Amino acid sequence: MKRRRFNQLALASLILPGAWRSIARAASAPRVLVVGAGFAGATVAKYLRIWSKGSIEVILVEPGREFVSCPVSNLVLGGNRSIQDITHSYHALVQHQGIQMRHASVTGIDVNKRKVSLDDGSNLHYDKLVLAPGISFDYSHLNALAGTELQQHFLHAWKAGAQTSALQQQLQAMPDGGVFAITVPALPYRCPPGPYERACQVAYYLQRHKPRSKVLVLDANPAITSKRALFEKAWAELYPGLIEYQPGSELGYIDPGKRMLATTFDRHKFDVLNLIPPQTAGRLALDNGLANAEGRWCDVDYVTYESTQAQHVHILGDALDSGLPKSAHIATSEAKVCASAIIAMLADEPPDPAPVFANTCYSYVSADEAMHVANVYRYDEKSREMKPAQGGGVSHARSAGEAREARSWAVNIWHDVLG
Amino acid sequence: MMHMLRAAILSVACLLPVLAWAGKTDSHARTLAASCAACHGHEGQSRGEIPSLAGSTTANFLGKMKHYRDMPDDGSVMNQHAKGLTWEEIVALADYFAAIAPAAAGGRECCQKTDGQ
Ligand code: HEC
Repeated sequence: MKRRRFNQLALASLILPGAWRSIARAASAPRVLVVGAGFAGATVAKYLRIWSKGSIEVILVEPGREFVSCPVSNLVLGGNRSIQDITHSYHALVQHQGIQMRHASVTGIDVNKRKVSLDDGSNLHYDKLVLAPGISFDYSHLNALAGTELQQHFLHAWKAGAQTSALQQQLQAMPDGGVFAITVPALPYRCPPGPYERACQVAYYLQRHKPRSKVLVLDANPAITSKRALFEKAWAELYPGLIEYQPGSELGYIDPGKRMLATTFDRHKFDVLNLIPPQTAGRLALDNGLANAEGRWCDVDYVTYESTQAQHVHILGDALDSGLPKSAHIATSEAKVCASAIIAMLADEPPDPAPVFANTCYSYVSADEAMHVANVYRYDEKSREMKPAQGGGVSHARSAGEAREARSWAVNIWHDVLG
Repeated sequence: MMHMLRAAILSVACLLPVLAWAGKTDSHARTLAASCAACHGHEGQSRGEIPSLAGSTTANFLGKMKHYRDMPDDGSVMNQHAKGLTWEEIVALADYFAAIAPAAAGGRECCQKTDGQ
C-alpha cells in the first residue's frame, strides 16, 4: 500500500514538479525517523532528503542543540584550536534541507508498532527508523567508579563538548612536574588513533607551559593500535622524555584519595586522570533489544544497514560490530549507503548489492604536522562484511602538508554533514 | 597506452547500461562519489586546500586517477584510494564529477555558530 503510493507520488513529481512540494507534504509521504545527529545521523538525514528530492519526510531527533566534532577536538587540549572552532550549528539542515529537527531524547521504541516515544511526551510513527546512537561507556570493571561523581571527575572527553573544555581546564590547572595519565581501552573503541593523538597534543601543551611534567599512556592493548611507527617516531622526535608508554596495562583500580591507580602490572601516581573507558554501542540500541549475541555492539546487513534484530530499523556508525575503524568518515560513508538503500527499499527497488566506500583518518601530532591512515572498503559477499580493498595504508612520514590536508578534510566533512 | 584505450572502450561501454536504464540512478557510483566528499567537498566542491572534483573533465580525472593508481606506494591518500577502486568505478566517478558544475570560488567555512543563529 505504502510503497505503491510512494511510486505514484514519485511519478507525479516527474509530471508536476511544481505541485510536488505540497503533494510530498501530504500525510502519505513516507517518514524516516533518525535518532542521533552526530556524523552518521546528520548525514543520513541530509542525504535522504537530497537523494529523494525531498519526497521523504525526515525527522531528526537529537537532544544536543549544537554539533560538537570529535575529530579535531584533541587540538583543543593542545591549545591549537578552540572549542568554538569545533562547534557547529544544525541550522542549515532545517533551513536548507527541510529536515524536521526535534531536540528531545527517545524514551522507548516499539518496533512492532513502528513507534518511538520522546521525553517531550510525543509519539512518532515511522516507516523506517535509523538509529545513530554512537557509543556508551562501560565502567563496570572499575571498583571505585560506580559513583557518577567520580566519573565526572575522571573525565573521558571521548564525546566532544563540555568534557573537552573541562579536561583542558584540568590540564591547565595541573602543577608543573605533574603526571597526566591517559588510559586506553582494549579495541574496539571509537577512533583508534585518537588516544595517541591526544598524548601528542597534551605533550605539545606541557612542553610549552609545564616542561617538567609527563604524559603517561596506559594502554590495555598489547601495542599502539593505529599508525604505530609514526606515533613512536613523533613521540621520540618531538616530545623526548615527555611521553611514557605502557602497553598491556589495563586499568583495574583507582584510589581517588591518593591519586593512585593500578593496572595489570603496576601502580602509578597521577595528577590528572583522563579515563577513556571501554565502550559499547549507545545504550539506546542496547536497551531496546538491538544488541548482537555478545551484547555490546549491534549487527546489521551491510547492504542496507538494517538491524539483524528488527525489521525497518537501521543502525549506523560507531555502534556497529563491523570490524571497521570507528571513524567519522566511515560513519558518513555508511550513512550514505544506508540513505541510498532506504530510498530504494521505499520505492520497491533493489539496493546496490555491493557498496564500496573510502575511509581516511588524520592525526595531528603537533600544531602543524599530521599523518593519516587511508583505505577503501568493499562489500564482500562471502563474509557479508565490508573488507579492506588492496592499496590502503598510512603516511610515510608526518608532514605540514598533511596538516593542511587534515584542515581541508575537517572543513569539507563538516559542511558535507551539516551544510 | 593500453590503459587509455581500455578507458576509452570502458567509458563507451559504461554509457550503454546508463542509457538502457534511463532515469534510474547508478546508486553504486553515487554513494562512492559521496564518500569522496569528506576531502573533496560536498558534490566535489571543496572549501579547502584539497582540489575540487566538480567540473573536472573526464580526461583530467582519468589521467590523474591512472597516475595515482599506477605509481608505486608513496604513502599519499590518493595513491591509497585509487588502488582500491576498479577501473569501471573510476570511469563512473569521472562521469559523475564531470556532470557537476565547478565549485564557486571561495566557499565559506561551514556551519559556525554565527552562521544562522
Ligand atoms: C583523505 C582525503 C581524500 C579522499 C577521501 C579522497 N581524496 Fe582525492 N585528493 C586528495 C588530495 C589531498 C588530492 C591532491 C593530491 C595532489 O595534488 O597530489 C586529491 C586529488 C584528487 C584528484 C586530482 C584532482 C586534480 O584535478 O588535481 C582526483 C581526480 C581525486 N583526488 C579523486 C578522488 C576520488 C574519486 C575520491 C573518492 C573515491 C577521492 N579523491 C577521495 C585527498 C582525498
